[in-house]
Amino acid sequence: MDKRKEIFPHGIPGHNLGEIEREIPNDEPPAWPINDKLKVVGKRIRRNDALAKVTGSAKYTSDIQLPGMLYAKMLRANVPHAKILSIDTSKAERHPGVRAVHVFTSDDEGSKYQDVKYAGQPLAGVAADSLDIAKEAVALIEVEYETMPFVIDTEEAMKEGAPLVYEEPIGEQTDGGDVGVTHDGSEGKGNLRGPTTSSFLGGARGDLDQGFSEADVILDRTYRTQVHTHVPLETHGVVIDWKPDQMTVYASTQSTKGVRDGLASYFDLPKNKVRVICEFMGGGFGAKHSAGTFGPMAAELSRKSGRPVWLMLDRKEEHIAEGNRPNSIHHLKIGAKKDGTLTAIQQKSHGTAGVALGAGVGRIAQGLYTCPNFSTEQYDVLTHAGPGAAWRAPGNVQGAYGLEQAIDEIADMLKTDPLVLREKIDPSEVRKVLRQRGAKSFGWKYRPPGSDTGRIKKGIGVAQSTWPRFVNLDSTVEVKMYSDGTVEVRSGVQDIGTGTKTILAQVVAEELGLKAEDITVRIGDTIFPDAPGSGGSIVTGAITPPARNAAYLVKQKLFNQVAPQLETEPSMLTVSDGMIMHKEDASKKISMRDALRRMRTGQIEASASRSDDYGGFQQPWGLAYGDLGSVQFAEVSVDTETGFVKVERITAAHSCGRPLNISQIESQVNGGVIQGVSYALYESRVMDNKTGHMMNANVDQYRMPYAKEIPDIDIVLVEEYSARSSTDAYGIGEPANIATAAAVANAVYNAIGVRLYEIPMTPASILKALNKVEQ
Amino acid sequence: MSNAGIKFTFLNRICMIKHKISLTVNGQKTEAEVEPRMLLVQFLREELSLTGTHVGCDTSSCGTCNVLLNGIPVKSCTTLAVQADGASVTTIEGLAGHDALHPIQEAFRDQHGLQCGFCTPGMVITTKGLLDRNPKPTEAEIRDALEGNFCRCTGYHNIVRSIQQASGQLSSS
Repeated sequence: MDKRKEIFPHGIPGHNLGEIEREIPNDEPPAWPINDKLKVVGKRIRRNDALAKVTGSAKYTSDIQLPGMLYAKMLRANVPHAKILSIDTSKAERHPGVRAVHVFTSDDEGSKYQDVKYAGQPLAGVAADSLDIAKEAVALIEVEYETMPFVIDTEEAMKEGAPLVYEEPIGEQTDGGDVGVTHDGSEGKGNLRGPTTSSFLGGARGDLDQGFSEADVILDRTYRTQVHTHVPLETHGVVIDWKPDQMTVYASTQSTKGVRDGLASYFDLPKNKVRVICEFMGGGFGAKHSAGTFGPMAAELSRKSGRPVWLMLDRKEEHIAEGNRPNSIHHLKIGAKKDGTLTAIQQKSHGTAGVALGAGVGRIAQGLYTCPNFSTEQYDVLTHAGPGAAWRAPGNVQGAYGLEQAIDEIADMLKTDPLVLREKIDPSEVRKVLRQRGAKSFGWKYRPPGSDTGRIKKGIGVAQSTWPRFVNLDSTVEVKMYSDGTVEVRSGVQDIGTGTKTILAQVVAEELGLKAEDITVRIGDTIFPDAPGSGGSIVTGAITPPARNAAYLVKQKLFNQVAPQLETEPSMLTVSDGMIMHKEDASKKISMRDALRRMRTGQIEASASRSDDYGGFQQPWGLAYGDLGSVQFAEVSVDTETGFVKVERITAAHSCGRPLNISQIESQVNGGVIQGVSYALYESRVMDNKTGHMMNANVDQYRMPYAKEIPDIDIVLVEEYSARSSTDAYGIGEPANIATAAAVANAVYNAIGVRLYEIPMTPASILKALNKVEQ
Repeated sequence: MSNAGIKFTFLNRICMIKHKISLTVNGQKTEAEVEPRMLLVQFLREELSLTGTHVGCDTSSCGTCNVLLNGIPVKSCTTLAVQADGASVTTIEGLAGHDALHPIQEAFRDQHGLQCGFCTPGMVITTKGLLDRNPKPTEAEIRDALEGNFCRCTGYHNIVRSIQQASGQLSSS
């Protein structure tokens, strides 16, 4: 394709902003200036989906009601490990109001049913005239189990002779949103799988022995995190209407494409016979990339009954079967010289994603700091518990919890300010600025651990993170302009709640010289062009450049029609405030609306796909790496009598390339920080090792914060231009969440002078730690 | 399992006896015959198709199902439809007139008091209940009143600001 050269802004305003020349495809628009010279992009624009959401008219999947629709419920195994001898559905089938029953069977030779691997595994389903009837019928299904020994506890599962979850090798079982976590499921001993010893940053480097021999101090620690569930307020689920010509699927999903491809593959259907629609969805955080087991079940029930079937999970099912952030037992041995230089990092981790894989601890220890000698071994431990799933920066949150405390401990050993140590070992230019501006806004003034006196002790802590600039080139957007003045953006991409719909309107409006509210955005439907799932903070960087590029192309088409009317060349035209005008002769102009009315056809359109990153950043594995930084500062107060920790305030310093909508970014950071605080202090899946059941599968005993329990959050947003695409924008979903728990843990240590090494830091664990000090 | 069958047959017989209820929903008089076990939220969503009232849990913890029952916010997932007999119910759909926004809804939109929006109807209804009894709540009083409404995405601060705007204590921006 023909290319041309363009000059782009490059760097951080107020720090090192300059320019850079990039070669770009000829059909992509010229560089935008930095945000303060733009009209719509980078501003606080009201969300274009807010009206539907505040009035209750937004239809989430659970709100879909179709004529003749049935309600479905699944039967789940009530034992954690068993062979199924029989499933008798005859009573359920005879129950009045039941319209279809389906039992999952196995393709394996010798067994009719799949073995049960965790309590809560779906076995069968019923569709009935009401949900109450479906629940009654499910209770009438009789299952004969031959129970087998099981193991729930991670460390028990690692022991020789522990009951095996899989006798056979297992393949990749994690969700599409998973990135950079343990994948190697082909070999393993007992319940262990792995180790993963490399990531896309490479594998082991240097010589560990040499590195440790050069060290003046060596830290050797184990950090532990809990299993953490996603708890989207709308549970997983679908409404499926399988007609002979098409299966229509309403799905609460963060990947319309993933659900379509999953169901098409499961039922061996052409992709265009499965239409997936997700106009509104009530949160996902990584767990909602696929059709799961409820998707095939609803489809089977719809096929059998010939009616649309509503199958939404309840809160208990959501907790036990639809994903969690795996726990971690994270061992770090780190060597450092007196001046802070890191000489070696040796990492070993174990974690369980239950019956699935994906319990690695990510790339934080590998990629955050300069250290010539590094190795990692990350193991998955299989247990008889519900499958893990991608959860906001998979692996990296656990990884940062360990590494960022280890760095804090090394600073302590070297008797230095942990922020100063990071200045020495962190090569990132972006985080240098984040540290400076964040520390200033927070009022960072280091004080030695445990130096606060009195019953309630205050402490401060800091932690950092890195996240790649993932993009996905299979991202396409169509922009249509109608003769009545309507402008419409279409893409299969879904809005998981972060505001994708609004930023699409913004970039198209900016390109066309219109207002964001002039643009209609129709997304979340697989009849529109494909786009990636909302995971890995990919969407903004993947979908906004083709949106702008498609708007640019359709604008050129319109210019071609308008130019003769204005007696000029198309290249001499520009847009501003709803007008098309000559660049040099202000008298030659026409309103966009009039230009569209005079079009030869009723509509014009153009589509564009995400091109490779400008500057050749594309990597062989299909993604461009680059650093999206964060530095978060926490202040806590700890009541040393009750053990109660209150996070008083967080300063979150972040960059996400060119910010598109400041208010939406702030919402993302607030949410990420609060989930991090909740992870550090409250949330934990509690399993009964004797029965294999989750004990707190609700939102009553599974503790999450309400509005009173959250810290003040001060957001420092740093604009950073890297000239890699026509919008130069990136997401912030994952970065917002990575560093928080570590910052809080460091602050708790700073307050009480004792480190806990395990989250959640409950009052009981704080008191236990303090009693140890007294002994 | 056969015991469960007997139990359900027995329960069914009781549950089948429908009760006539008469109530006002969003200003409209409504009469229906409902099973005694039917929850108010089921009645609103399934019988009246008022799906703005959501279900997020079944332990009265999340508040996505909040509606006004005689002006007081209640959790419609733990209220039986028969308990609403003779009452006046207001759901998110009935808060403002057609084609109009209530100032609380306006404020949530202005202040980005939502992300995925699933909790929003419950938050708005809780706010209505709060401002009806305390038109100028302090920030602490606002946060107290939200102690029963979960937001998993956007973390409350913009919701608090929305309520401050709705109570005339913060200008729209």
